[in-house]
Amino acid sequence: MRLVCIACPLGCELLVREDSGRVLVQGNRCTRGEAYAREEMTDPKRVLATSVKVLGGDYPLVSVRTDRPVPKRLIPEIMAFIRTLRVEAPVELGQIIVEDLLGSGAKLLATRTVRRAD
Amino acid sequence: MIKVWKVEVAVVGGGAAGMAAAAAAAREGASVLLLERNTCLGGVLDQCIHPGFGLHRYKEELTGPEFAFRLHTELEKARVEVAFSHTVINVNPQKPEILAVGPNGLVRVQAKAVVWACGAWERPLGHLLIPGTRPAGIFTAGLAQRLVNIHGLLPGRRVLILGSGDIGLIMARRFHLEGAEVVGVAEIKPFPGGLLRNVRQCLEDYGIPLFLRTTVSEIHGRDRLTGVTLVEVDEQGKTIPGTERFIKVDTLVLSVGLIPEIRLLEGFLSCDHVQRGPRVNSFWQTEHPWLFVVGNALVVFDLVDTVAAVGEEAGRFAARFACGEMQGEPCVPLKRGQNVAALVPQAFIPGEPARLFLRVIRPFPKARVKISPVYSKVHLGLRPAEMVEIRLSSEATAELQRCSEATVEVHPQ
Ligand SMILES: Cc1cc2nc3c(=O)[nH]c(=O)nc-3n(C[C@H](O)[C@H](O)[C@H](O)COP(=O)(O)OP(=O)(O)OC[C@H]3O[C@@H](n4cnc5c(N)ncnc54)[C@H](O)[C@@H]3O)c2cc1C
Ligand code: SF4
Repeated sequence: MRLVCIACPLGCELLVREDSGRVLVQGNRCTRGEAYAREEMTDPKRVLATSVKVLGGDYPLVSVRTDRPVPKRLIPEIMAFIRTLRVEAPVELGQIIVEDLLGSGAKLLATRTVRRAD
Repeated sequence: MIKVWKVEVAVVGGGAAGMAAAAAAAREGASVLLLERNTCLGGVLDQCIHPGFGLHRYKEELTGPEFAFRLHTELEKARVEVAFSHTVINVNPQKPEILAVGPNGLVRVQAKAVVWACGAWERPLGHLLIPGTRPAGIFTAGLAQRLVNIHGLLPGRRVLILGSGDIGLIMARRFHLEGAEVVGVAEIKPFPGGLLRNVRQCLEDYGIPLFLRTTVSEIHGRDRLTGVTLVEVDEQGKTIPGTERFIKVDTLVLSVGLIPEIRLLEGFLSCDHVQRGPRVNSFWQTEHPWLFVVGNALVVFDLVDTVAAVGEEAGRFAARFACGEMQGEPCVPLKRGQNVAALVPQAFIPGEPARLFLRVIRPFPKARVKISPVYSKVHLGLRPAEMVEIRLSSEATAELQRCSEATVEVHPQ
């Protein structure tokens, strides 16, 4: 099976084979490619970046991301949940918006600062 | 009365390139003024809320606003003066003097060196000459990104994206995550325009189709877009009659290229006809030795890490020029040879280390990149979407001393 490694912009094209229960990876220029391929074959994960509505801020939104990759299959559910969120300004860069996103263990962090609008 | 501002280095544009240049020039000891038309710094980074920035520079994968914040912190440490809400409207062709409009009127900036870092603008619909009506519902990808990520507005519900550059791919994912239906991404070339990792994680992850060798041949709708006609193209890029199909969409997003923002310099700078940025030497210096150009205003770079690194170099050289430690150095011109598209710089200063960036015209699984007589190396997996960076040592460029010019070529192996 062919995969593109997304762990860095080089985008190595990986050849992944299963041989008696072991996953063999070729084409990776570094070890992260191998780890990526293994995970991609079992439970693909992605860092999710989106935005959350802000009340009383100088911007209507604050950009956010998960602090670690979350299972791809949970993304639609997580997005639906994030759409219901509202945070009160001010928001600091790095502030935790949600501690544990739908039991995935990932935190949702603010990636910018939003001041209070006066 | 026009306010006059005297500094050693003036930097125009507060995106990644300008911030990096300003901080570097200040660290060299120059007095630096950074002019930015916006009320905040960061440029396009501010609206790029996806991860994928900073792997080289900070060894971490950051989002655009996080990367901008790091650079901003460097800038503050270096004590750069920043003039927010100042739009530069004129650059004197004879000397490093700039005219800007700010909240309190006109400002004249007298500098010793100028670093131009104004980014790029998006090719609009008018450039494409697509037949049909001109209804609402057509956006450039960067504008759509701004509306969604900064203003919290969704421009449409059923979207077709034209052009598979990184911005188009990233917006396909963004629209999908925000609940719009993305019917596909159409690309006229036989290969995607953006990075493969973005094809993977923006399209394939969400089942969004990529139509290669396909373009939009007609726009339909009176007030709001009702649909577009897609058509296939042959090897020569000509449309194939009979392959037209109508697709119902209310939104067309154009991701069809960026063009360096140098409109204020065009009258007095010679430009490269391929990437449409100015011609520079390996110090990022134009034919006017006091004028340096960096970032997407020079050539559209793939990675902000590269933009910041080049900005930093130019900032250092600008500071040295401003202090009189450097003149306009004699250069050896560098010419574009076989299979080379974008290329910067277009001249080397012999005996100085140099960095060179190029794009190939089509994908090559294996090819030799040659700059006779100083460089020859086989590269694997060259793709137009990925810039090739080549570093030459001062010993290597010293060999160019005897040449009247050098040529960069790419030969498939
Ligand atoms: C959608 C998108 C996705 C990207 N994704 C990635 C990614 O995943 N990873 C990565 O590494 N890179 C990515 N990049 C590339 C990277 O973000 C850019 O190459 C880089 O940020 C460009 O920086 P710049 O400073 O050259 O330009 P800009 O950020 O455009 O900055 C130019 C600045 O100049 C100011 N300006 C312009 N004209 C004037 C004037 N006349 N007077 C005063 N100020 C002026 C503007 O307001 C702006 O602030 C992406 C780019 C885009 C557009
Ligand atoms: S294998 Fe390593 S070098 Fe290749 S894309 Fe993945 S992370 Fe990058």
